[in-house]
Amino acid sequence: MSAFLALLFRNRLAAMGLAVIAVILLLAMATPLLPLHDPDVIATADRFMRPLSEGRLLGTDHLGRDLLSRLLHGTRLSLAVGIAAALIAAVIGSAIGIVAGYFGGRTDNVVMRGVDMLMAFPYILLALAIVAALGPGLMNALIAVAAVNVPFFARNIRGITVGLAGREFIDAARLAGMGHTRIILTELLPNVLPVIVIAMSTTVGWMILETAGLSFLGLGSQPPQADLGSMLGEARSAMISHPHTSIVPGLMIFLIVMSINLLGDGVRDALDPRLRSGALSRPRATTLVRRQGATPPATDDLLAVQDLRTEFQVGKRNYRAVGGVSLAVKPGESLGVIGESGSGKSVTALSVMGLVASPPGAITGGAVRFQGEDLIGAPYEALRQKRGDRVAYVFQDPLATLHPLYRVGQQLTETIRSHRNLSKSEARMRAIQLLNDVRIPNAERRVDDYPHEMSGGMRQRVGIAMALANEPDVIIADEPTTALDVTVQAQILCLLDDLRRERGLAIIFITHDFGVVAQLCDRIAVMYAGRIVEEGPTQAVLGAPAHPYTRRLIACVPELGGGRRELAAIPGLPPVLDDLPPGCAFAPRCTKAEESCRQGEIPLQGPALHAVRCLFPERAP
Amino acid sequence: MPALKVEHLAKTFPLKRPLFGAAPPGAHAVRPMSFQVETGETLGIVGESGCGKSTLARMLVGLLEPTGGTIEIEGKALGSASPAVFGKLIQYVFQDPQSSLNPRRTIRQVMEAPLKRLHGMPKPDRDKRIAEIFASVNLREEFLDRYPHEFSGGQAQRIGIARALAASPRIIVLDEPVSALDVSVQAQVLNLLSDLKARFGLTYLFITHDLAVVEAVSERVAVLYFGAIVEIGRAERIFASPRHPYTSLLAKSAPVVGRSLTAPEQKGSELPDPLNPPPGCAFAGRCRRATELCRAREPELKQMGENQLAACHHPLEH
Repeated sequence: MSAFLALLFRNRLAAMGLAVIAVILLLAMATPLLPLHDPDVIATADRFMRPLSEGRLLGTDHLGRDLLSRLLHGTRLSLAVGIAAALIAAVIGSAIGIVAGYFGGRTDNVVMRGVDMLMAFPYILLALAIVAALGPGLMNALIAVAAVNVPFFARNIRGITVGLAGREFIDAARLAGMGHTRIILTELLPNVLPVIVIAMSTTVGWMILETAGLSFLGLGSQPPQADLGSMLGEARSAMISHPHTSIVPGLMIFLIVMSINLLGDGVRDALDPRLRSGALSRPRATTLVRRQGATPPATDDLLAVQDLRTEFQVGKRNYRAVGGVSLAVKPGESLGVIGESGSGKSVTALSVMGLVASPPGAITGGAVRFQGEDLIGAPYEALRQKRGDRVAYVFQDPLATLHPLYRVGQQLTETIRSHRNLSKSEARMRAIQLLNDVRIPNAERRVDDYPHEMSGGMRQRVGIAMALANEPDVIIADEPTTALDVTVQAQILCLLDDLRRERGLAIIFITHDFGVVAQLCDRIAVMYAGRIVEEGPTQAVLGAPAHPYTRRLIACVPELGGGRRELAAIPGLPPVLDDLPPGCAFAPRCTKAEESCRQGEIPLQGPALHAVRCLFPERAP
Repeated sequence: MPALKVEHLAKTFPLKRPLFGAAPPGAHAVRPMSFQVETGETLGIVGESGCGKSTLARMLVGLLEPTGGTIEIEGKALGSASPAVFGKLIQYVFQDPQSSLNPRRTIRQVMEAPLKRLHGMPKPDRDKRIAEIFASVNLREEFLDRYPHEFSGGQAQRIGIARALAASPRIIVLDEPVSALDVSVQAQVLNLLSDLKARFGLTYLFITHDLAVVEAVSERVAVLYFGAIVEIGRAERIFASPRHPYTSLLAKSAPVVGRSLTAPEQKGSELPDPLNPPPGCAFAGRCRRATELCRAREPELKQMGENQLAACHHPLEH
């Protein structure tokens, strides 16, 4: 709650709106207690007194009634009617929306078509019809305004509910024996309530305006009762001769609606979880660089990550996602980076081309050298030239990386044409050839498919084709087969392996699957809590793991052909990245840990090819 | 008496009826299938995406009404789909532990629901039972008053298992219970599941796409392809000596340390279209051994060797 208020007040306009509406609400509530004239007493002798006259702060209207008194009573009434209408519309509309969204199918269809019909009427027409049926009066105006706004809530809430009703916790509630009513009330309602509040806060102002509109037309409050709309309506005839009679209620309507809308927008922004997590702050085109310390010297590797450090600053917490990682690949080489979630393997990969979102991410140390040239801190244009051209990425979920509204051919040609000066038709030929290269059958036809028309394996092949489009030197593949079925995975792995052999591609393959790295990679680096704990040739690392973490992680993975058995597990959880222990990060879960493991830096050392970050490495059997 | 007996269970999803003309025949998600699971057994169900394994699971727990066939649990036939009736006998553990917990309910509220709704237990009994269950899944009781987002994947999955246990079911359907977890945590959860099975005499249906996991935890394995069982047999035998070419393809595709990389299949083979199923064997289009017979007549599950059944006209010999 306090976090919500802090966010709300950070938005100055919303804070101002809150202040104004608070004052108006206080005045409206205190109206009966204030020493005011009777709003309905007619004194024709005192008609049209100007504002600031003696005893009449805002003057009088055409019947000599005190304007200040009428204004405050009118505001009170208008606010009450507007808020009551909003509440009624919210309750009825949300109920309709939840029921339609939860039950779906025919119920949804019938209910929502009814709502659509209601929506098709212009509100004033609908209100006129309701008033004609029920007779004029404030109560009937309230009913009309509420009815007109029901569709807004119904449609909004239905949309949210449809998304929630498909979630697994609803199934779980059904399996726990809950009935429909109980699920709607205890499972769905708490989740849609914030949306209802947001929708209400943004529509109350509009409803006050609509009520005033009806009263202005004489369909709402009946004389002598004052509300803002009827005051405006009565003052209309004297608008030229005595403008203050219409300006006073007009200003009040303006203030109320304006402040409520500003406040409503603020509430929405503060409550919406997406906006709260900073979705509105657009990340920069490259990762922020705050490099401290010296830059390591260049090496002769094709791509070298040298002592890279990447951190995320979220609020007061500093997450050290990558804490000094060094990797290197030569042409035609394939390096596997293995680790569990949170080990920093993906952030390492994204840091290479400055793709880590900033804010909150920042590279705080080290270098990434492509053919000796440091990419960290390189100007955006230089990075953009290399992105997708010299160093290309393949990501885990091809459905998320392909644009759903463009044909795959268009996306491929765009990739090609942003780096090569080719005509559209040449680029298209190249796209077809690329699809052939990644073994997509009927490439000429499939080039015009949309991503959703392809299967997961096909889409991932398009992802690889896109990465290959400009014949890069390095491909960084971040869990490219995790979302795929095993038979498709085998095909994709074979494809990558062929490409590596045919074109001398260097591949950095990020995964959590030992089987995959064993088949594809020459070397393996094992990461834990943002650091490499072991690195060496695939056979050596998998055959005789030196770090206790590697050995036990391999033991956790069941292997086909092993039969029924108890699996080895690593007790405990990986450390949190904003509070890493000194010394070895694995020490709290390690059976061999001693006092010395918990102090000071432990270097990555060992025989030239097979290095390990451990004081008590496992002996080769 | 088997814990679970399924006969000719099938599910067809109706398709939208066009404005004119008759409704199309519908998508066959699960084609009529029959199998039994003995008490205390773990039956693994493997298959690739779209093979109907989740549809099957949802029918078994009553979340989806079958279009045909019967489900019998410990001799009791369960008629129409009503999760409240099914809930006491069979429970479900979901793939994504986070999304199976309502973000706005505390863990205690989540745990109390099945005790209150299915068993009508009074408050003191509920507290006692929750404490027992939490102890058995190695969770601390102080977690009860927290909200789901405060837990890691492994903890959330244990809460999901605890919730399933709370209903005191005879059978638990585990739908990819570890595929969202890291390998080091995966083993913790799998071992916990096997402890619980022994302790409470449960029967498991373990659905997964990971052959190594399914082999490690199950007694028998059923391989699903295109909504039908193509092979069923002892876990230790089925991948070592498969009779159906599809089972063999799966086993060869699984990445294994120490086996060199070869694509086990011709490139460009695609899955059959569920809206327009091929006549005969659904796998024929991808099968090297397929003949005219395969394309014309659908093979039935036949006994092939000891405790192993496969649906193939030309089974692999060993």
